[in-house]
Amino acid sequence: MSSTIPSELHYTETHEWVRSQEDGIMTVGITDHAQHLLGDLVFVELPEVGRVVATAEGCAVVESVKAASDIYSPVDGVIVEVNELLADNPELINEDPYEEGWILRIKTSDGLEGLLDAAAYELIAIDEDEDEEGSLTNAKLAG
Amino acid sequence: MAKRTPLYHCHLALGAKLVDFGGWDMPLHYGSQLKEHHQVRNAAGMFDVSHMTIVDFPDPDATRALLRYLLANDVARLYPGKALYTCMLNDTGGVIDDLIVYDQGDSGYRLVLNAATRDKDLTWIAPQAERFNAAWHERDDLAMLAVQGPEALAKLEAILDAKTWQTVCASRRFHAVESGGEFIARTGYTGEDGVEIMLSAQDAPTLWDRLLDAGVAPCGLGARDTLRLEAGMSLYGNDMDETTTPLVSGLGWTVAWQPPDRDFIGRAALEQQRAAGAPQAFIGLVLEERGVLRSHQTVHAGNQEIGVTTSGAFSPTLNRGIALARVTTGVGEQCQVNVRGKRLSARVVKPPFISRPS
Repeated sequence: MSSTIPSELHYTETHEWVRSQEDGIMTVGITDHAQHLLGDLVFVELPEVGRVVATAEGCAVVESVKAASDIYSPVDGVIVEVNELLADNPELINEDPYEEGWILRIKTSDGLEGLLDAAAYELIAIDEDEDEEGSLTNAKLAG
Repeated sequence: MAKRTPLYHCHLALGAKLVDFGGWDMPLHYGSQLKEHHQVRNAAGMFDVSHMTIVDFPDPDATRALLRYLLANDVARLYPGKALYTCMLNDTGGVIDDLIVYDQGDSGYRLVLNAATRDKDLTWIAPQAERFNAAWHERDDLAMLAVQGPEALAKLEAILDAKTWQTVCASRRFHAVESGGEFIARTGYTGEDGVEIMLSAQDAPTLWDRLLDAGVAPCGLGARDTLRLEAGMSLYGNDMDETTTPLVSGLGWTVAWQPPDRDFIGRAALEQQRAAGAPQAFIGLVLEERGVLRSHQTVHAGNQEIGVTTSGAFSPTLNRGIALARVTTGVGEQCQVNVRGKRLSARVVKPPFISRPS
């Protein structure tokens, strides 16, 4: 399955995307590839604004019809804003993962050095597409 | 390589996401599981359920005697064209499988069993059938399509010949009609009106395409699971298995205690459990907070752990987390579920979670 990977964003190996603003604020969401893998999103658990998070710390949870998945902070920082619209409209993540479906904003003094660029993330996404069937077989379904 | 149903190429052509299910390559969804769910609740959807195991028993008399011994529900309640939902138990009253048996009159009986339990089911049935001299053969030459939803019957008008369509519409729930090579039953696994159609594998893709043209939405096993859960229907392997009896699985209603002299496999164990009082109750839970319930989450009342969820999902119809759970008896109206380390409040309900016209 081909998914969109905007070249201007940065990424993590755990499928978060990061948009860096000049004021030290980073917007975080999950990639198009990730939302495809998860399927329809039905619930998003957002963190409290003001919470201090460390790199790779779980700071939100997205749940799809299939599974719950942690969102890991890409940097050290403080949560300054969350996308309240997701509480009632988790499907925004499926429909528009890079814009309307953003999840949270972090104020940080970290740079982007530890993150992947689009080309590097694409390699991860392609690798997973090849394994995709295998990775989704845990869902126990009606039959 | 996983097995493929006669509709495999139809699924590929529609861009289905395929997953391995019980050794079969089956469609999980065709883009959006939620949309497929709503389509079945509000209009009409279709499912390829050809992976399910169909077994025919052509000798009515020998099979009646066999099935009255083999199954916890009583096929003596049937008459030609009528279907019965039942459990097949082991000696300790545990559920080997749940199934539907159809009375086909002079043609005998048809059983439809789960796909994932096929091998153990047939291994269990074979020696019993031999004892009763009841011949049987698996119908892996057949495909099976479920067409479900409030508009399912209306959509079929353009597909079936007029007489068959009228007969199907006039028949009641849990009744079947045979017409030409097609076996059309008013059964399903969604809580909606509709049919399950068994027909030859070679004819299945044509029927599928005609249903598509008639506006019936293709739906995957993902939607099938949330639809059946909302309807309070059990899933074998989740809600009951060989270690649980029907009495602790919300399936006591499928056990035919009358007549008392009918001996069936598991009866003694069930009688004993019934006399002692079933140690557990099978309940529905509706999450009162935002979130999703899943299977295998622990259920709590106060400081006590009282049980575990057996199936859980986000209900697209109710917009809430719902679950089936097996808990110690005496649960009140409220409890908590451990959802990833947090105790969330849930209301105890009697399934089904949604009420539908019957």
